Amino acid sequence: MGITRRSALALGGAGIISVSAFPLGSAFAMTTEAQAFIDEFTGGADVVEGGVTLTAPELAENGGSVPISVLADGAKSILIIAEGNPAPKIITFNFGELSGKSEASTRIRLAKSQDLMAIAKMADGSFKSGIFSIEVTVGGCG
Amino acid sequence: MAIIKPRIKLPKTAKAGEIVTVKTLINHKMESGQHRNQDTGERIPRMIIHTFEASFNGKEVVTFNLEGSVSENPYFLFFLKVEEAGELMCKWIDDEGSVFEGSKSIAIA
Repeated sequence: MGITRRSALALGGAGIISVSAFPLGSAFAMTTEAQAFIDEFTGGADVVEGGVTLTAPELAENGGSVPISVLADGAKSILIIAEGNPAPKIITFNFGELSGKSEASTRIRLAKSQDLMAIAKMADGSFKSGIFSIEVTVGGCG
Repeated sequence: MAIIKPRIKLPKTAKAGEIVTVKTLINHKMESGQHRNQDTGERIPRMIIHTFEASFNGKEVVTFNLEGSVSENPYFLFFLKVEEAGELMCKWIDDEGSVFEGSKSIAIA
């Protein structure tokens, strides 16, 4: 099958979105609801950017099941926030004494293309964060 | 409701002090509470697994607090530091108060 007008348009559209989505981190502002969950987790403490690795596919075809993986050396717990979801709080990973390393993976639902944020609470009580920009083809929050 | 069958995957043996990978899977609808009944328009109440706990010989490995945005049939991957032979206990708790448990033992090679 050749490239139809419809598929060409869809491809072009996706291209524009991905280009505009990539200069991330610069103008990153959380919705108030997402920010409330972050404040609840940190108790209003400062969050330092970096030190948390959040991995996911850059393009997720099925928003109903997006594999994500997070790693923050020395973290006691990690909160995952998806600001574009109707319920932005996704999951909190708490690592106990036998967890070996502060790394975990799961599969999550994403309503649309957005920035995912991971906030890690370190053993010394400080907070670190990591951001991952993700493009979702079909939303999974129905 | 379908029969809920928890699955846990980890190596049968490990060296003392080794960090091993643990994978778990359980079938559960994880109804997020965001959907509405197509005919009546009523909101379908949330029915998710809200807590997952893993412990090894009674010591905490991980505890996960889940919300409605975790996909159905929740899958987890995490790590376990094996100091001694023993049993990994996993526990899933949902909004109806149902508790699903599974365990797997590991020996020192």
